[in-house]
Amino acid sequence: MLLTTLESVPGKTIAKHFGLVQGSSVRAKHVGRDMMAGLKNIFGGELKGYTELLQESRAEALERLQQQAEAAGANAILNIRFSTSSVAQGAAEMLAYGTAVVLE
Amino acid sequence: MELLIFLTLLILGYITGRIAEHRHYRSILEREDTLRGIPAIASKVLPTDFRGDTRLVTGSVVVSVDYFKRFVAGLRNLVGGRITTYETLLDRARREAVLRMKAEANSQGATMVFNVKLETASISKGRRNAIGSVEVLAYGTALIPG
Repeated sequence: MLLTTLESVPGKTIAKHFGLVQGSSVRAKHVGRDMMAGLKNIFGGELKGYTELLQESRAEALERLQQQAEAAGANAILNIRFSTSSVAQGAAEMLAYGTAVVLE
Repeated sequence: MELLIFLTLLILGYITGRIAEHRHYRSILEREDTLRGIPAIASKVLPTDFRGDTRLVTGSVVVSVDYFKRFVAGLRNLVGGRITTYETLLDRARREAVLRMKAEANSQGATMVFNVKLETASISKGRRNAIGSVEVLAYGTALIPG
């Protein structure tokens, strides 16, 4: 599965177009991370626990995006965008969406 | 007693925050130098003579401000104007995210990253909705010549 933020892939043409596919994941951090983050809010600096959380969440969203595209029979996803939002205190949503196509 | 705790946090935040920021900026500048060979380009249009592979690369970071800066920003909210303490936070976060994206591109042997997008959000809002930390995600398409 080819993933790209571009609208086309050099040297390939779009043979079939399946429209929008998306994958999202909502994650909450656990208490330990939350406490560390509380401390970091005093000292400043990178919140490694949250960065990890974000990465896991992004991987999950991409995974679901690919599943949806595969189910449609696509072999590539073009024009991928990410979007994040905080649903509730301590929980973050990561949404990945793009256009599923068959490239030849 | 409460005032004492507040002042201690303020001083502690000021000192550690300053050190953390200073260190972070130094590491950012260093890595920006080493990764300068991989330009991150916002354009969608690929060079026409490009032959090779493309791949999605991402980089993300979550950074927090210290207690002192948040307090200063709170004061700023009363009188209005630029909140410089948050400007450096966002600047650091964006540059770090872009650097991590470039590092990933570099490890895959890419020479350029195209159509770079930045996504910013605040995961945790503290008391009274004050922004405590900001998360930045940078992503783009790495061009791997082949």
